[in-house]
Amino acid sequence: MAEYQNMFTRVQVRGPAYDGVPLPTRTTWKRQGKPFFSYWVGWFADAQIGPIYLGSVGVLSVICGFIALSIMGLNLMAQVNWDVIQFIRQLPWLALEPPPPEYGLHIPPLNEGGWWLMAGFFLTVSILLWWVRMFQRARALNLGTHVAWAFASAIWLYLVIGFIRPVLMGSWSEAVPFGIFPHLDWTSAFSIRYGNLYYNPFHMLSIAFLYGATLLFAMHAATVLSVSRFGGDREIEQIVDRGTGSERAALFWRWTMGFNASMESIHRWCWWFAVLCPITGGIGMLLTGTVVDNWYLWGIKHGLVPEYPQVFSPVVVDPALLPRVTP
Amino acid sequence: MSSKKHWSWSILLVAASVLTAGCESPLIETPPVQTVQRGFRGLGMVEIYNPDTLAAQAKINEPAAVQPLPAGGPPASSQFKNLKVLGNLNVSEFTGLMLALTAWVSPEQGCNYCHVEGDMASDNIYTKVVSRRMLQMTQEINQNWKTHVAATGVNCYTCHRGQPVPPNIWFTNPGPRTAMGPMGWRNGQNAPEKNVGFTALPYDPLTKFLKNTNDLRVEPRTALPTGDNPKSLVQTEETYALMVYMSKALGVNCTYCHNTQAFMDWTLSPPQRTTAWHGINLTKELNNNFLEPLQPVFPANRLGPLGDAPKVGCATCHQNAYKPFYGALAVKDFPVLATKKH
Repeated sequence: MAEYQNMFTRVQVRGPAYDGVPLPTRTTWKRQGKPFFSYWVGWFADAQIGPIYLGSVGVLSVICGFIALSIMGLNLMAQVNWDVIQFIRQLPWLALEPPPPEYGLHIPPLNEGGWWLMAGFFLTVSILLWWVRMFQRARALNLGTHVAWAFASAIWLYLVIGFIRPVLMGSWSEAVPFGIFPHLDWTSAFSIRYGNLYYNPFHMLSIAFLYGATLLFAMHAATVLSVSRFGGDREIEQIVDRGTGSERAALFWRWTMGFNASMESIHRWCWWFAVLCPITGGIGMLLTGTVVDNWYLWGIKHGLVPEYPQVFSPVVVDPALLPRVTP
Repeated sequence: MSSKKHWSWSILLVAASVLTAGCESPLIETPPVQTVQRGFRGLGMVEIYNPDTLAAQAKINEPAAVQPLPAGGPPASSQFKNLKVLGNLNVSEFTGLMLALTAWVSPEQGCNYCHVEGDMASDNIYTKVVSRRMLQMTQEINQNWKTHVAATGVNCYTCHRGQPVPPNIWFTNPGPRTAMGPMGWRNGQNAPEKNVGFTALPYDPLTKFLKNTNDLRVEPRTALPTGDNPKSLVQTEETYALMVYMSKALGVNCTYCHNTQAFMDWTLSPPQRTTAWHGINLTKELNNNFLEPLQPVFPANRLGPLGDAPKVGCATCHQNAYKPFYGALAVKDFPVLATKKH
């Protein structure tokens, strides 16, 4: 067992490959490929790969995603004049930018944001179709649809910053560019333009849920790993039939925290913290520019901004408001 | 068991060393980094100093040891011809200034970098026409821009540092070469450009803010939207890009001039922000009134890729120091450079 309890799964239990539950009879798409095992994948996860089943929704989603990524990739290649070496070197800097502000919500020329609009459309369709697939696959296995709804919360944030908010603001230029560094620059520019997003209460909530979710995840993972020697990793059984692993985990948290979640409720805690991160974040973004223009000044108005002693002397005044001094 | 175990640990070690190897990159500050608190505690208003960076910076910021000659002798205009700016000096002062100019600007090339050999009075060499205008520019800065240069002032060496072409001039940036046709638009950004600290921000904020306009302000002055602040995120990124340029040019952080609680709020800002504000207006005036008008004078090899004249920015004088030469007085010994009244 000492071998098994490692960062990697080094004792790989391998049975015959499993094809999965029967597919709906009227589907036109069949499972593709013969399943095989990968020792390397087995280090981190289940070693079985395949068979692959996408279904019509999955196939459409992959096609739309491929179109979106192709539009982005070709535009980025054109930006470096089709030079593959420069494409690799500059990739983190390159981006497909949304249209400039003067086009508002109109359809811009292809090479001034038109491609961005098109790539965004296909990416959105692809993501939404993949969501449908997640929902359908969960239903097919008689699962709850928790994963699909968690994914939906991420899609909500994506739609707010890329579509809903730009539409409300009346300009595609408010949307995010598709690029590695550029989308980060966009984020800090967004905070600066709207007077420091840290004073946005929904941004605060979003951060709390982000860090809270990772903390809960680490606490739960550590707890289950620590009690797995007592069978605590058989969580599903222990939800309905508490074994010694579950009892010890509960006792540990009562001792150290004064309170313990149950084997079932800890998963609700984690799920809600995780989905509330993009939900509250999306609300915060949606209010920015539409309802509140400067979060710092809004924070002053509502007693949110702490005041610090003035340490610079003389106190600075806006030089643009002073008469021009000539010697 | 143990050989297998060692093998997996060695993979982890290799992965860790690959990851940390990134820290050797010149873009990442390596320790020890010193911090100096400037604002009220808890606000993160600190300057970050790296001894290596400081040493390199100090090396290029030593003032030139140039002594003026004592005043004396008849008026220079009685001895030399074609004096349009320096005619009121006496001969000794004039000669002293010419020697200083040579030491500041063309120590290796000598007098003939700006003078026609055998005919010192001739204007038939572009460098002389430019340097005459540069003398007027220096006088303008020292006389009318005390809001920025105070009594410290500037002299030729502030920009030139012993080189005929100052090391930190700039030209309008046409951007990287992209493909022709319906793809390849970059919206003026997303190219690793030194002037904007290799960020993906707009790569030429200098032409916009140090030449065309000084309209940098993007943050609204009201909590709620009133519809009268049409500044876009693209414009915000342009201002941001200029700020990155200034930060690099002066070797300081954002917090040298701003309280990041609210970048726009003047009452929260250190007084250096006012000095910098005047500096932006100063460079804009110099580029429009002194440098760009010299465009027809320069030969083609001194012009930018779009045929524009070389221009000045913050880095041209500051050269990575918060004050050029850390504030050493630059005009005290050369009163002729301090005012146009000569």
